[in-house]
Parts: sequence; C-alpha cells; structure tokens
Amino acid sequence: MTPTLQSFLIVSAALFSIGLLAALSRRHAIFVLIGIELMLAAANLNFIAFWRFGPQQEAPVGVLIALFSIAISAAEAAVGLALVIAVYRHYRTTNVDQLDQLKG
Amino acid sequence: MNSAAFVLISILMLGAALAAATLRKLMHAALCFALTFAGLAMFFLLLGAEFVGLALVFIYIGAVAVLIVFTILLTRRDAVKERRFSWVGAVIAVAAFGTLAWSILRTESVSVVAHRVPPLTVGRIGEALMTGYVWPLQCTGVLLTAALIGALVLVMEEKQ
Amino acid sequence: MSEFADQIFVNAKRSLLAPMAHLPGWLVQAASSLIDIFALLAVFLTLFALVSVLERKILARIQNRYGPNRVGPFGLFQPVADGIKMLIKEDVVPARADKPVHFLAPILIAAAAILALGVIPYGRNMTPFSIDGGILFFFAVGSTTELAVFMAGWGSNNKFSMLGAMRAIAQMFSYELPLIVTVLPVVMVVGSLMPDRIVAAQAGYLFGFGPRWFVFTPWGFAAFIIFFVSGLVESNRTPFDVPEGESEIVAGHMTEYSGFKYATFFMAEYLGMFATSGLGITLFLGGWHAPLPLLEFIPSYVWFFAKLSVLVFIYIWIRGTLPRTRIDQIMNFAWKFALPMSFACLVAAAVWHYAGRGFSGWFLSLAVVAGVYTGLSLLLDTRRKFAPRVYRFAE
Repeated sequence: MTPTLQSFLIVSAALFSIGLLAALSRRHAIFVLIGIELMLAAANLNFIAFWRFGPQQEAPVGVLIALFSIAISAAEAAVGLALVIAVYRHYRTTNVDQLDQLKG
Repeated sequence: MNSAAFVLISILMLGAALAAATLRKLMHAALCFALTFAGLAMFFLLLGAEFVGLALVFIYIGAVAVLIVFTILLTRRDAVKERRFSWVGAVIAVAAFGTLAWSILRTESVSVVAHRVPPLTVGRIGEALMTGYVWPLQCTGVLLTAALIGALVLVMEEKQ
Repeated sequence: MSEFADQIFVNAKRSLLAPMAHLPGWLVQAASSLIDIFALLAVFLTLFALVSVLERKILARIQNRYGPNRVGPFGLFQPVADGIKMLIKEDVVPARADKPVHFLAPILIAAAAILALGVIPYGRNMTPFSIDGGILFFFAVGSTTELAVFMAGWGSNNKFSMLGAMRAIAQMFSYELPLIVTVLPVVMVVGSLMPDRIVAAQAGYLFGFGPRWFVFTPWGFAAFIIFFVSGLVESNRTPFDVPEGESEIVAGHMTEYSGFKYATFFMAEYLGMFATSGLGITLFLGGWHAPLPLLEFIPSYVWFFAKLSVLVFIYIWIRGTLPRTRIDQIMNFAWKFALPMSFACLVAAAVWHYAGRGFSGWFLSLAVVAGVYTGLSLLLDTRRKFAPRVYRFAE
C-alpha cells in the first residue's frame, strides 16, 4: 500500500487537530503559541503534498508557498514570544485565563 | 515512495505532537515540539522537497524551539499549577479532525498515487524566487525586518 | 599509479559491495551507506583521539613544558589511558536533575556533529552523502547543537549550568549569522549548494601554476577569516570559551556530567571543530585539490587531511596563545564587525563576478573589502581615553 495523497492529507489533518487541541485546552500562553505553530506546520505539509501529487508546473509553487509560510510563522512566533515576555513582566502571570482585561 | 517509512514517520510526528500538546512539564513539551518538526522535516524529505525540509530543521529546531525554551525560562513561576484537563478543547479538536478526515475520505480526486517527478533542485527554487516570485520575497524580507524591530521594542526595558 | 592510489578506497568499497549485486537495490544502497558511515566514524574517532593528545603536547610546548610523555612512545597512547579512565568513572547524575533531558543532551550533540561530517567531500568521489542542499544540511544539523546545549544546561538543574548554557547559546547564535553569510559569496559564485560542485569549481590553475582556490581572492580571504573565527566561536574554544570558562562557572553546561557523558561532550566539540574546518576547506581552500600541478600525484584525500591538519594546528595554536575575551566583546565583534564585514564580502564577490573575474575584478573587490574594513575600524573605535589613575588609601 503506497501512500496516496489521501494518507498525507489525513496525517496533516491530524496534526492540525492536535495543534487545535494544544491551542484550546492549555492555559499557558506559550502552549497556545506552540499550538498555532503546529497548525501552520500542518498547512505547510498540505501544500507540499499537493505540490508533489499534482501537475508539475514551471515553478514549484507549493514549495515556494511553504517556504514563505515558514518564514512568516517564524516571525510571528518571535513577536508572539516577545509579547508573552512583555505581558509577564507587567502581570507576573502567563495564564491566559487571568489576562482578561483590556486596560493595562 | 516507501510505505513503511511513511507509517513510521507519521507515528513519530503525531506522537511527538500529542506529547507537545498534552505534557504537564513545559520544558518536555517544548522539546517534543522540536521533535515534531524533526518528523515533519523527514516527511518533507520523503516528499522530495529537500530544501524546505532542511530549512524547516534550521528555522524551527535551531531558532524557534530555542526561542520557546528561552521564553519558558524567563517566564517561570515556581508554583506552576495546571488545572485538570479541559475536555472542551479535546472535543472540539476531535470534531475538527473528524470533519476533515470525512471530507478527505469522501473526495475521489485525491486518492492518487505518486508519479515520478523530476528532482527539485535548489537552483529551480532560486530561479523561481528571483524571477516570478521576487515580490513576495521582498515583502517577506520587509515583514521579517518589521517583526525583528517589533519584537525588540516589545522586550526592551522601559527607561526609568 | 596515482589514479590507483587516489581511488583506492572507492575501489575497495566497490569490491566489498560486488558480491551483493543480486540483492535488491535498497539493500545494496543501505550496505553502501553503512560502509561509508563505518569508515567515517573509524577515521574521525581515531583522529579525535590523536588530536586530543597532540593538542596537549602542542599547548605544552607553547607553554615551555613537555606534554604527556609517559604512556607509549612520546605519550601517543594517552588517549587509550584517557578513554579507560572515562569509561570506568562513576556516572553521577544529580538527584533532582531531569533524567531524560540530562541523558539525551550529550547524545544529541554528538549526533549533530557526526551528521555534519557526512556531507564533506574528502577526496575525489569520496563524499559520504552527496545531497543537493549539502551546505544547508550542514548548517541545519549544526543549529541543533544549540538546542542540545540548552538541554544539557537545563537538565542538570544547576544554576551554573543554566548560566553557562545561556551564554553558550547567545554566543552560538550570534555567530551563526556571520558563519552563514560568509558562505553565501561562495555559493553565489559557484551557483550550487552541493559541496562536490563547489570543490569542482576550484579546480584548475591560473597561468599554469597558481591554484584557483577562493581564498586567494579578496572577498574569499576576508570571508575565510570571518568563517574561521566564527567556527572558533561556534565550537566554544579559547579565546571564546566563556561558556566553559573554568575559572568562572566551573564547566558551564557540562558541570554535572561525569565519565563517559563528559567524554561525549568533549568528542562532540572536537568533531564540530573537524566539521567546521572540513567545510572551510571545501568552500575556500579548494577541497581535495593540490596547490600546484606538479604535486597532483599525491592522492586527493591526503591533501584534504593535510589541509585539515594545518587548520586544526591553527586552532590549537590560537588556543595556546590568546587569552579569553569577555562576553560583551564577543557580542560586539559579532554584531558590529563580523556581520557587516560578511555582507561586504557578498558585495565584493558580486563585483568580482560581474567585472569578469579577471584582474580588474580582483582589484575592484579588493577596494570594496578594504574600504568597508577601514570604515568599520574607524567607526568602531574602541580605544578608551584613560584618565590618570587616582590611588585612594585607607586613612
């Protein structure tokens, strides 16, 4: 049984839902970020799988989109973690349940 | 494409992702997060996108995972209490997976097998980036610069 | 004759694999990879043992004393004694350490160093794993070293270890940027990330006697120096061994490791040194090519290991000569000098290429490199004006 496109898509759907689990069920802000990164990784896997199994064009579009997505998610992780540090400095907690006021 | 490799790598990756999502100790979860991306990189190598796989290892394990562990260190409280596991999140995640898997399995057009593709060299990616996709490249560069400056400004100590 | 000696290892491997020709393709390939890995490990672990004793002897001679000279002729069996000592030492793990993380850290760091050795061309047709993105693979596994160092520091549950690990990581990722940006001019000029192609692009001789290595171009020379210094920092060696500063924080992230695990860290440091030197030789010093056409009868791997010995000797020489730099000096050097200088090398390489790679290109790129260097030196003037000393005595 060679892996078909379906198997790759199911694996990436599983990864996405695990990321969703991490983002929704944990209280620590960093875990939410980890969950978001896992979801983005699942989307990248989707792109590359579709590129591989699809018609090959002149430019490898799926691979390029995945590359840009990796770069952007790394930047977003950096900014998100900086936010977590800044919020921790102010509120002394990283529990997202306690960060429920808009006023600083 | 080897199916044994596919099964092994997917078990590794999903197991590590599950550990990253559910482990109590933060540090272990962060290290399992790095392991998930190692598994994902192996997937990309299996699919023939070597450049992206190696870039993934380099960026995620070499930089993002280190950032996450640094942040865990800097925001540590001694009394860390996690509440009992919230079932709402698990139910939503399982529902999402069920919906996606059902829709994937029902689609006929995606049950294709891999055909032979010409190997993707770095030269082709570079050519595409420099000719057709130069605008996204430059915009990503600007975005990364903005993110760099933004992250620095956020973490700087306020001058008294 | 020289062809026979040059390809002797390749032919030996082929004759070892010949009886297996009837087996399926993937089995033969796995066997071929296993033979490569085995040979790589054998060569580099022996080299590690040899260099560990040679380093002690060379450092000793620099310091006007004999090194170890009791065990074996000229002390050359010292690594055997050291190995036995390390193996029979008690493995002390702190009671409150994080056991799995503490255990995995030396394994990961050694694995990263050994993986990095796999993409370097050691001779003609002698690259263990010739992949398309070889240079990127090298840097990708090199960057997992940072995570392993952090695991070592955190898993020991010790404030000194944590501090050492933080310093080590800050130093390592500051210098990863100059390391990578200095590799970029070479990749740009050659047009490929494969180490084999980069070595092949440095073949041939100028005017019949001068080698075409990239180190003999202005941008290549500056890039090689910055690459070499960044490699020195990446492997945490003196003068940049703040993370393992013995007089300050015991042994940094390796404090709580004893016996074989410490030996593994030690081995990983040396293997990292070999890997970075090997990459420097591939990129700048012409790989396994001979410097003069009349010396081409000497096999290619002999040239590679000769160049490797010279670079390792320079590493040891620098260790014996220079004092340790402060952490803020290290950081300043990385971000304010090394990074702009490496970008200048990139621009100079482009100038060299577009001016036709001839004399005018050489001089124009020399002008760019020298101009940026002078500008940076004037801008980053670190000489302090010292006020006359005021002595205060107790009354």
